[in-house]
Amino acid sequence: MTEQFEPVIVGFLCNWCSYRAADLAGTSRIKYAPNMRPIRVMCSGRVDPQFVLSALRNGADGVLIAGCHPGECHYVNGNIKALRRFTLMKDTLEQWGIEDDRVQLLWASASEGAKLAEAVNRMTEEVRALGPLRWSEKVLTGNGAAQPAVKEA
Amino acid sequence: MTENGKPKLAMYWASSCGGCEISVLNIHENILAVDEIFDLAFFPCIADFKVSDVEGYPDNYIDVCLFNGAIRNSENEHMAQLLRQKSKVMVAYGACSHVGSIPALSNLTSREATLKKVFLDNPSLDNPHEVLPQTSVHTPEGELTLPEFYHTVKKLDQVVDVDYYLPGCPPEPPQIWAVLQVVAGALTQGDPLPPAGSVVGAGNSAVCDECDRVKHEKAIDRFYRPYEIQPDPEQCLLEQGIMCMGLATRSGCGALCPTVGMGCRGCYGPPAGVEDQGAKMLSAVASVIAAGDETMEEDELETLIQEAVDTIADPSGTFYRFSMSHSILQRVKDANGKGAA
Repeated sequence: MTEQFEPVIVGFLCNWCSYRAADLAGTSRIKYAPNMRPIRVMCSGRVDPQFVLSALRNGADGVLIAGCHPGECHYVNGNIKALRRFTLMKDTLEQWGIEDDRVQLLWASASEGAKLAEAVNRMTEEVRALGPLRWSEKVLTGNGAAQPAVKEA
Repeated sequence: MTENGKPKLAMYWASSCGGCEISVLNIHENILAVDEIFDLAFFPCIADFKVSDVEGYPDNYIDVCLFNGAIRNSENEHMAQLLRQKSKVMVAYGACSHVGSIPALSNLTSREATLKKVFLDNPSLDNPHEVLPQTSVHTPEGELTLPEFYHTVKKLDQVVDVDYYLPGCPPEPPQIWAVLQVVAGALTQGDPLPPAGSVVGAGNSAVCDECDRVKHEKAIDRFYRPYEIQPDPEQCLLEQGIMCMGLATRSGCGALCPTVGMGCRGCYGPPAGVEDQGAKMLSAVASVIAAGDETMEEDELETLIQEAVDTIADPSGTFYRFSMSHSILQRVKDANGKGAA
């Protein structure tokens, strides 16, 4: 029997909407993938790109950023800033070879427990299909020695 | 070498352009004072020393070693280790040894792609047998060797312990002279040295602090590449849509580039407290993009923001121009990377 790969997804959930959506999913006894490790932040606009990179560097296979729907931000436009950062960060991550599905942005309001659960389920399967990221072991080991040898002359 | 009791100074270039050496000579007449205070123990750019001279020194023989250049190959790493062993104080001198700098931009691609580009696909090259450099080749005369070309470019403190960092591409002459005076004071009069691990010869805030351009609240519709726009002489460059790394770059240079209309390129590395210069720049730039507001539908919002973001050419190469080795992820993954192609 081969063991199934269980991805680790770090979830940054905003205090006012998405963290409450996760709460609602819990109190509603919705069963969903246990792969997301939720971290509560005050606003999706608080998510510094450094947080995302640190998560990926330190063993996460994916990162989910979740906030209020545009127009519903507790701080008026923190989520718009999050979307701008996310958009630019995605362009950068593409250059770094990090697959699109590994870093996702989700709008989930406090009443959307089911939507959050469904998104976590979907993302878990998408990241599972991509396989482990294991940045420190797979990308940063050795200094060339671990890489395929250059063709002999 | 004759022993004259003077403190011993070394300067070595690893993967570098030579500009750091020139910057030391660029402290003008103070170079004579350097010669008065110090005795050169190793400085291949300006004096005839051999590696065997250094190998012959006892450990800690060199008082101060200014090490510039990134760690690109096995020879760079070997020299870093040798000089670390022979030096009391190791200074990462200049952006390459501090944060990786231009050589580390090749962390955006792979070793194979780099060699292919340089030795096979270069239009000015004729290499019909596709000969690539080998670490060892047997010839009738004997074995010839070359250093191993690394996959990932590292900064100095990723291979040896570093006591001080002197940022800049290259460091600014007044800063260099100030640091050399502190070091000389410590060596000759027992003055206190800054705490180990300090960034010396630079400020702690951002370049914007030193920049005299007029700044307002920023709201940027689109970005321009330098050739696409004639910058206003007074206004903040970033506000005009010219990519300027000043706000994510350590102060100390006196804002030379923005003052003359060129966006800061980020050579002094991240300011104090910043882990990843590129990520901080990305964060700052993205949050002042003017496109989209909270009244819009999600689709419209995404389209407008994507359009504004698309005006930024090569975001990784721009935001991480100098700090790839210093960044959180350090290099790109091989598979699927645009840069690896």
